[in-house]
Amino acid sequence: MSGEALVATGLSHGFAGVPVLDGIDLTVPRGGVLAILGPSGAGKTTLLAILGGLLAPDAGHVERPFERPAFVFQDPLLLPWRTARGNVAFALTGRRLSRAERLGRARSMLVKVGLGQDEAGRYPHQLSGGMRKRVALARALAVEPDLMLLDEAFSALDVGLAREMQRLVRLDAQERGVTVVLVTHDLSEAVRLADELVVLSGRPAHVACRVAIGRPSRLRDDAFVEAEIRRLAASEAIRDAFRPTLSG
Amino acid sequence: MAGRFWRRFFSGERRWAALGILAVLALWEAGHRVYGDFVLPSPLATLTALGRLTLDGDLGPAILTTTRDALSGFLVATLIGSLLGGLAGRSTPLRAMLQPVATMLIGVPAIAWVVLSLLWFGGSGLAATFSVAVAVGPLVFAAATQGTRTVDGGLRMMARSFRVPLHVRLADVYLPHVLSYLLPALGAALAMSWKVAVMAELLSGAGGIGDGLAAARAEVDTARTMAWVVVVVALLLIVERLVIEPVRRYFETWRRGLPGEAP
Ligand SMILES: Nc1ncnc2c1ncn2[C@@H]1O[C@H](COP(=O)(O)OP(=O)(O)O)[C@@H](O)[C@H]1O
Ligand SMILES: [Mg+2]
Repeated sequence: MSGEALVATGLSHGFAGVPVLDGIDLTVPRGGVLAILGPSGAGKTTLLAILGGLLAPDAGHVERPFERPAFVFQDPLLLPWRTARGNVAFALTGRRLSRAERLGRARSMLVKVGLGQDEAGRYPHQLSGGMRKRVALARALAVEPDLMLLDEAFSALDVGLAREMQRLVRLDAQERGVTVVLVTHDLSEAVRLADELVVLSGRPAHVACRVAIGRPSRLRDDAFVEAEIRRLAASEAIRDAFRPTLSG
Repeated sequence: MAGRFWRRFFSGERRWAALGILAVLALWEAGHRVYGDFVLPSPLATLTALGRLTLDGDLGPAILTTTRDALSGFLVATLIGSLLGGLAGRSTPLRAMLQPVATMLIGVPAIAWVVLSLLWFGGSGLAATFSVAVAVGPLVFAAATQGTRTVDGGLRMMARSFRVPLHVRLADVYLPHVLSYLLPALGAALAMSWKVAVMAELLSGAGGIGDGLAAARAEVDTARTMAWVVVVVALLLIVERLVIEPVRRYFETWRRGLPGEAP
């Protein structure tokens, strides 16, 4: 099994002496999709950064047998002085690609997230919040990652667009066997995309519950998603994580 | 045809700039009428003195020497100042070590550097270059430090997460941000370079506009003195307009349309 999964064991972390995460264990098999849920401030972003290797945990260990991780951060983190196209191409600068190839790939990836020629040439401050999020998503998809870490990647989008982007990520992930970890506030997003749901709660956060979703994601229709949400909403831990006053 | 050209040329902001310069000239002329030739020669007399300087063949070499002195010092200051400043922005110990030194150097009067460098380097051209570099370098250093220190941590993390090579990170994440601090400082540093260069030349007597000023003063020739002043100011403006301004515009195209920026 080792070498074929993202495995986190006993992760603990704190900021300035304040513990945030306490003994988190996770396993995501290669090609699997894990959703991390939890109230705002629970430590989801921190956990994602540790899983992706951007932050060294105070304790614990992450096995990460992947070559090309890609992030969609909670803030889009676009270079303000590069156009949308330039921002997507920027993530490809480590590759053996010519400048023209990088820009070409950036352009076609932007088209996939619904941004045309006109938007591709604009600077981030000339785009709406939702467009910026989609540029960040295109940037992550452009590197053809084998591990994708999505931090509330669909939250600034309206419902229809969010669904479309979720479909895009799901198809891309299935086609290339990408391992995905996504953080979300949206239970339906989690139910639609993930094989397993993990709910963080408490201070410091621990894993309050784990739920597996049996049916393959391409076979989940609206009725199935609704039924699953009803089933999950019966669980105390999940209700806690989704009290609307806490979301944000 | 020509009328339309001039009307286009003096439209918008240029018209107000021209108006400002005209106002200065008018005040100058008025001052001349009140205080007379000796204290304040008229703009026309100054222009005549300038013409004489040109005909005598003094102007060209002086401009060359002063430009060499100012720009060589400015270049050294820019290279060393931004290199050390960039490193200090990324390394806290280095910053803690260098920042007080820079503050100390900024506190030394420029004229003191001139005197010291004349003692160290004698009348050679090096004295002016050194004075300029050491007077201006700390300003560049301070701006580079501040710029590098304030690079967005999120963007740095993003670049790291995509495993972008170091040279691309320097060019695409650091440089554009640092330049927004550095370019205004370089503009000020360049202006100061001319002033210090002229000061050094005035005391060293090794040629240049400062040397010309010293001679004009020795002969109590106010018109010629004014002519030299006009030359320095013109040089400064030309270099600012021809070099600094286009560079700034090139690197800041992306700012167009940002809140608070001109369209
Ligand atoms: N860089 C940091 N420095 C200090 N505290 C932080 C930092 N990042 C996150 N925190 C704190 O850690 C806790 C968890 O944050 P985060 O992981 O962003 O939560 P979530 O993504 O679940 O909303 C919060 O209390 C937050 O204030
Ligand atoms: Mg978060």
